[in-house]
Amino acid sequence: AQGLPGRKSALSTLEPPTPRDDIVNYGNFLEFASDKFGHVERSQAMAVRPWTVTVDGLVAKPRRFAIEDLLRLPLEERIYRHRCVEGWSMVVPWVGFPLASLLKQVEPLGSAKYVEFVSHADPAIMPNVRRQLLDWPYLEGLRLDEALHPLTLLAVGLYGEVLPKSNGAPLRLVVPWKYGYKSAKSVVAIRLVEREPRTIWMKGVPEEYGFYANVNPAVDHPRWSQKRERRIGEFFKRDTLPFNGYADQVAQLYAGMDLRKSF
Amino acid sequence: MPISDRQLAAVKAALFLLCLVPLARLGWDAWRNALGPNPIEAIQRGLGLWTLNLLVITLCVTPLRRLSGWAWLVRLRRMLGLYAFFYAALHFANYLWLDQFFDWNEIGRDILKRPFITVGFAAFVLLLPLAATSNRHALRRLGGRRWQALHRSIYPIAILAVIHYWWLVKRDVATPALYAIAVLALLGLRALWRDRERREQLAGKYAPQQPPRVRGRIIPIVSQRK
Repeated sequence: AQGLPGRKSALSTLEPPTPRDDIVNYGNFLEFASDKFGHVERSQAMAVRPWTVTVDGLVAKPRRFAIEDLLRLPLEERIYRHRCVEGWSMVVPWVGFPLASLLKQVEPLGSAKYVEFVSHADPAIMPNVRRQLLDWPYLEGLRLDEALHPLTLLAVGLYGEVLPKSNGAPLRLVVPWKYGYKSAKSVVAIRLVEREPRTIWMKGVPEEYGFYANVNPAVDHPRWSQKRERRIGEFFKRDTLPFNGYADQVAQLYAGMDLRKSF
Repeated sequence: MPISDRQLAAVKAALFLLCLVPLARLGWDAWRNALGPNPIEAIQRGLGLWTLNLLVITLCVTPLRRLSGWAWLVRLRRMLGLYAFFYAALHFANYLWLDQFFDWNEIGRDILKRPFITVGFAAFVLLLPLAATSNRHALRRLGGRRWQALHRSIYPIAILAVIHYWWLVKRDVATPALYAIAVLALLGLRALWRDRERREQLAGKYAPQQPPRVRGRIIPIVSQRK
């Protein structure tokens, strides 16, 4: 793969990264497969060049970015914990840039309160899009202050190389204090909006997946206890930390909110 | 097609080994580190799927016997049922040990609060008396009628097992749906046959109280107590 180094970041965790093979070969890319493995082969059919990302909505300067332009931005390596809602976790050395640096270029208007992320959807190569397993395209959202938070990353690389297709090439969102499904893969459009977006999971299974999806050991998912997690490569489960261990940086975003209701 | 006792013994031995293949494969993959990034989950999945497979296969015995006329098939049923229990027990043990590592607090909460675990656990508990009464001694003690009534609980067990799987998956119920169709078809067939027999009985096709013609070995059911 093509080398894509990033400057070291003080926001990285010091925990040892999960082996690259495990990060690349295990995960959820629901457009391609419903299990944790099928997407690896199938996603190879996805063409990631040319690729453009539209950034519009409530902004002063809507723009279309070619992926090449984004790769020229100053890139950082961010080693983040990644916690899936299903109870497994990894430590991932992403390469990318803060979402805030992209949003600043388009100048969000005062009326913009939320950010919407739309993923690529191609029924020709994505079996679960073809069978309409969910209301595609994959759509996720963040509150604007969450989107502008320095931890929120647009990743274009992994382990110092160009992002593999199975991990959401060529560009994916990474929000390390939220469950993994918030981190939309293969993003093609970013829209600034006034109202809270209805995400794909909220449309599909509203009682199980809320808008916030902050990692929270005190609030169980109906199907999975969230108290502990299995770190891939470890035998014993470990305790899940509030906000996935990023509480010091992000807890103030939710001051005064009932996180049981806003799950 | 009647077969000799020797042939039956050979079929049984082959089936016994065949039923161990999924477990052997899991063990082999675990040993050579080929279970993927999340081996405990892979073991749990594999054992669960084979519990379901064996439940379905066990439920196939009676319809197959009826359709083929091969009475000896029923003599494979106990082994298949016990293997279903064996895989269920390993599935449960793997959950208690490798997955939860005997965190009884979490296990208790899981059983009470996660509906898919509640029904899975219920299915396993219901399997226990069936496994315990699978021997000839228990059959004799219970008497054929009561024994059969007890062992009909395999029907709700199979349904619970499918629900357990159905509720576990995140969104894509395609595979659980296949199991649901298989179980419903196998139970539906039985209901259909029973209904037809009742009608025929009412229509006087069979003389009342006439015992069915017995084929194969006769197992004497004699009370041990005086």
